[in-house]
Amino acid sequence: MRPSINLRSLVIAALVLGLTLLPVYVALSGDRFMLTLFTRIVIMAMAAVSLNLILGYAGMMSFGHAAYLGIGGYTTAILCFEGVTSGFVQWPAALATSALFALIVGALSLRTRGVYFIMITLAFAQMAYYMASGAARYGGDDGLSLDTRSQFAGLVKLNDKATFYYVCLILLFGSIALIWRLTNSRFGMVLQGVRSNEARMRAIGFPTFRYKLAAFVIAGTMCGLAGALIANHTDFVSPSMMFWTRSGDLIVMVVLGGMGTLFGPVFGALALLFLEQFLPAVISTAVRPFDAADAAKAGEYWQIVLGPLLLVIVLFARGGIDGLLSSLSNLVQRGKQGNG
Amino acid sequence: MRSTLLAAGAALILAAAPAAAQQKSVKIGFVSTFSGPVASIGNDMRNAFELALDHMGRKMGGLPVEVVYEDDTLKPEVGKQKSEKLVESDKVDFVAGFIWSNVVYASYKPIVDAKTFLIIANAGETRLAGENCSPFIFSTSWTNDQNPIAVADYMNAKGVKSVYLIGPNYAAGKENLGGFKSAYKGKVLGEDYTTWPSQLDFSAELAKAKAAKPDAVYMFYPGAAGVQFLNQYAQAGLKDAIPLYTTFSIDSLSLPRQKDAAVGVISALQWTADFPNDANKKFVADFKTKYKSEPSFYAAQSYDAAMLIGSAVNAVKGNLADKATVQKALEKADFKSVRGDFKFGPNHYPTQNFYMQHVVKEGDTYTQKTLATAEKNVPNPHAAQCHMK
Amino acid sequence: MTLFIEQCLNGLQFGLLLFLLAAGLTLVFGIMDLVNLAHGSLYMLGAYFAATFAAWTGSFVLGAVLAIAGTLVVGMVVEVIAMRRLYGRDHLDHVLGTFGLILFFDELVRLVWGPGGKSLAVPSWLAHSIQILPGIQYPAYRLAIIVVTLAVAAFLYVLVMRTRIGMLIRAGASNREMVGALGVNIKLLYTLIFGLGAALAGLAGLIQAPILTVQIGMGENILILAFVITVIGGIGSIRGAFVAALLVGFIDTLGRSFFPELLVNLLGRQAGATAAPALSSMLIYILMAAVLVVKPQGLFPAGSR
Repeated sequence: MRPSINLRSLVIAALVLGLTLLPVYVALSGDRFMLTLFTRIVIMAMAAVSLNLILGYAGMMSFGHAAYLGIGGYTTAILCFEGVTSGFVQWPAALATSALFALIVGALSLRTRGVYFIMITLAFAQMAYYMASGAARYGGDDGLSLDTRSQFAGLVKLNDKATFYYVCLILLFGSIALIWRLTNSRFGMVLQGVRSNEARMRAIGFPTFRYKLAAFVIAGTMCGLAGALIANHTDFVSPSMMFWTRSGDLIVMVVLGGMGTLFGPVFGALALLFLEQFLPAVISTAVRPFDAADAAKAGEYWQIVLGPLLLVIVLFARGGIDGLLSSLSNLVQRGKQGNG
Repeated sequence: MRSTLLAAGAALILAAAPAAAQQKSVKIGFVSTFSGPVASIGNDMRNAFELALDHMGRKMGGLPVEVVYEDDTLKPEVGKQKSEKLVESDKVDFVAGFIWSNVVYASYKPIVDAKTFLIIANAGETRLAGENCSPFIFSTSWTNDQNPIAVADYMNAKGVKSVYLIGPNYAAGKENLGGFKSAYKGKVLGEDYTTWPSQLDFSAELAKAKAAKPDAVYMFYPGAAGVQFLNQYAQAGLKDAIPLYTTFSIDSLSLPRQKDAAVGVISALQWTADFPNDANKKFVADFKTKYKSEPSFYAAQSYDAAMLIGSAVNAVKGNLADKATVQKALEKADFKSVRGDFKFGPNHYPTQNFYMQHVVKEGDTYTQKTLATAEKNVPNPHAAQCHMK
Repeated sequence: MTLFIEQCLNGLQFGLLLFLLAAGLTLVFGIMDLVNLAHGSLYMLGAYFAATFAAWTGSFVLGAVLAIAGTLVVGMVVEVIAMRRLYGRDHLDHVLGTFGLILFFDELVRLVWGPGGKSLAVPSWLAHSIQILPGIQYPAYRLAIIVVTLAVAAFLYVLVMRTRIGMLIRAGASNREMVGALGVNIKLLYTLIFGLGAALAGLAGLIQAPILTVQIGMGENILILAFVITVIGGIGSIRGAFVAALLVGFIDTLGRSFFPELLVNLLGRQAGATAAPALSSMLIYILMAAVLVVKPQGLFPAGSR
């Protein structure tokens, strides 16, 4: 897939550049909150990228993906609590536990289809949620704080916000690169074939179950790493990280951004978290000409717009943001060709 | 969110703004719960804080006061996020509020790490008075075990031989029931912890309490859960059968809904609305006039928090840059608390009196009235574990 | 022994409440093949309507009747405006669209009723205990819940098994296209069924309000249980929902009362108390997984009525 110079690529390039240069802006302006916010966006984008592999490319509607954030996060936090603060131990452990959980859940769930698959993945995520909630030693519902971030023998100091941000950003770009390699390989072709017609793929002779399971485990492991990152970011983990509505948020990010596209999940994460910050202000501005006094308060009800917006996107803009950009690029392209 | 909108817009244009230099106002962040069934507590605290600011002419140390209210939605991670936003984005000089122990325990670190003063107006997390204490943490309330200890001592004195305990399964619940057990000399027949905050149906626990046949039941359920518990206690036929003792489950907010179910229930607290000192009379009277309702103890503690901050800012004449002098000014606690005399122990928690209270019905209204003085000049029990600085 | 009987009654009462919620869900799921995450929002609306109408009229029963009517209307309106466009689409579309509806309703309720939640008191003529057996006192209101939900279950049984509409419902659950081909006004049927589901959800919401809560987002916690019950019972089967709901209700309540004792001996007071509710919740999911392994279509698949 050779990237062509069009509107969509320009937007993606601008996005990558913007994300890379963010700490510079923060250093100059002193607004540290932007760094906190964008670190969160980058980590969530990574989680969305992992979900996109199975949801966007392979069509597997997993409603329990947030569980891996929790599993990776809790592994890191528990090790820290028990005195193991080295990232060299914590992060591989987080990857291992997520991979194991994904293997078990995948092996049991992938035999089902449709709504049953949704329910079973959701059930396993809820089980993870209840396991965390029932563990009194690790805080239960009160959650568990991390006393220190993952230590890497002085090589990388995660306590420094800018350093941590770059670590997350590099891991995000690395994940996207991995997905790019995977989906452009035979593995990826089989997955996409399974999504359009599994029976046909099986008839051709592919052991589709094994491919799906592999994808499931890869996605879970990647999300587990995002979980370790978020535990470091917030210095805190709690069972609510795994509640089913969080899995819903991840699905929204993937669909909003554009399913089955490389950068879709990043657009989705940006959009959702940005909407959270922007929409209130937009609403306030919209309401002000009519009712200045309550304008600020009106902004608090931004989800009243987000809800129907989701419905509208589902009905009319299935390609998400990436799809919109592609359509726009095509329009521009055709316009250029028309004039040229 | 306007500040974030501006900042986000500036992200597209590299703007270099110099960091704020001079103190132009006193900025206070207030974290509490303003949604869900316990929003009434958050609102009461906000009202009291605002009333205190009115009483101070909305100025501290000659500077105008700005308060940013944030909703923790009863979740520790949200409280933490909001606290981070307050110290990093709004750059507040003080953070006050916090109803819930689990929320404040998840949120205190970013505040303290940013060298911002945290004035806890309710949450009684014992670890912040002990091993996790900090020169930046102050409290105008208590630790979760103090009031239960007062109730246990009272029950010992009255010769209550056995008790059944019921409480919520989160930081404050465990410390509350734990505090009770540390002082109670009789027999504990059973101890139940319920899922917090989602479990509001206590039928299973009440059935077990009834079967154990204790001399008394002691429970702790703040907010809406307290309403449900008392009503279910009465509906299960227990009210006239087994005496009920509690802490924090009955306040001016829940009482109108608990009504007869609360009459005769005994609790312990460091403040009741009928205290005769001048500061309290003014507080209660003005609160009733402005908000048309009686203030709760949450409100009283919140009022004290505002007054405490005001006294410190006045003492340093608005110069908040020197944290050490601000800390000393806070430690002096040079203000008139609505609970009477007020001074801090070495861990920045109050040394105060505790009183027994009970609910009486006068005509159609139900009020909490002082029954007896329980203990005087009680220091906070966790000072020994606090090694500040 | 009395403790056990009381806990069984509690389990029965909780199970019946879950049945009300799951019945509407399984109907809509089975007949219209619609995954409706917003079912919990209708449950929430029922509670809020009841709190408001009871306050206006001063009567709990009148408030309840108006609340059911209100939820029925809202349900039908939502069906016409939003749900119609989702039929026949991917389940993913249903999930996303109805997830959006959850957000919308949560904010709408916050706008109309404020963030603080509401309260609905047990009606005074039910606020006492009744001695049902020598030595066993049980709150009258909870007995009323059991009676009312059993009556509704009986009504649903009669509706589905003995009326024309019920026949259409059963036919639609097993073969949608045929029913349409036979010339039945499918659109109207769907709107009515969705409305019925909404009314059942609203009834469940208002019934639990005096003993539990009226607050924003109250549907989200119980919705998952309702889905689990639907899957265990078999999608489209009301009988399945009834059996599964009772199973889940008993496991949850008995688990909550007896697990702590078991776990406390193993783990200590607080650890035991923390682990117990988690364990009984996990049991419910394990039950669902086990049922799906043995009977992938649920206990009473819609085909076998």
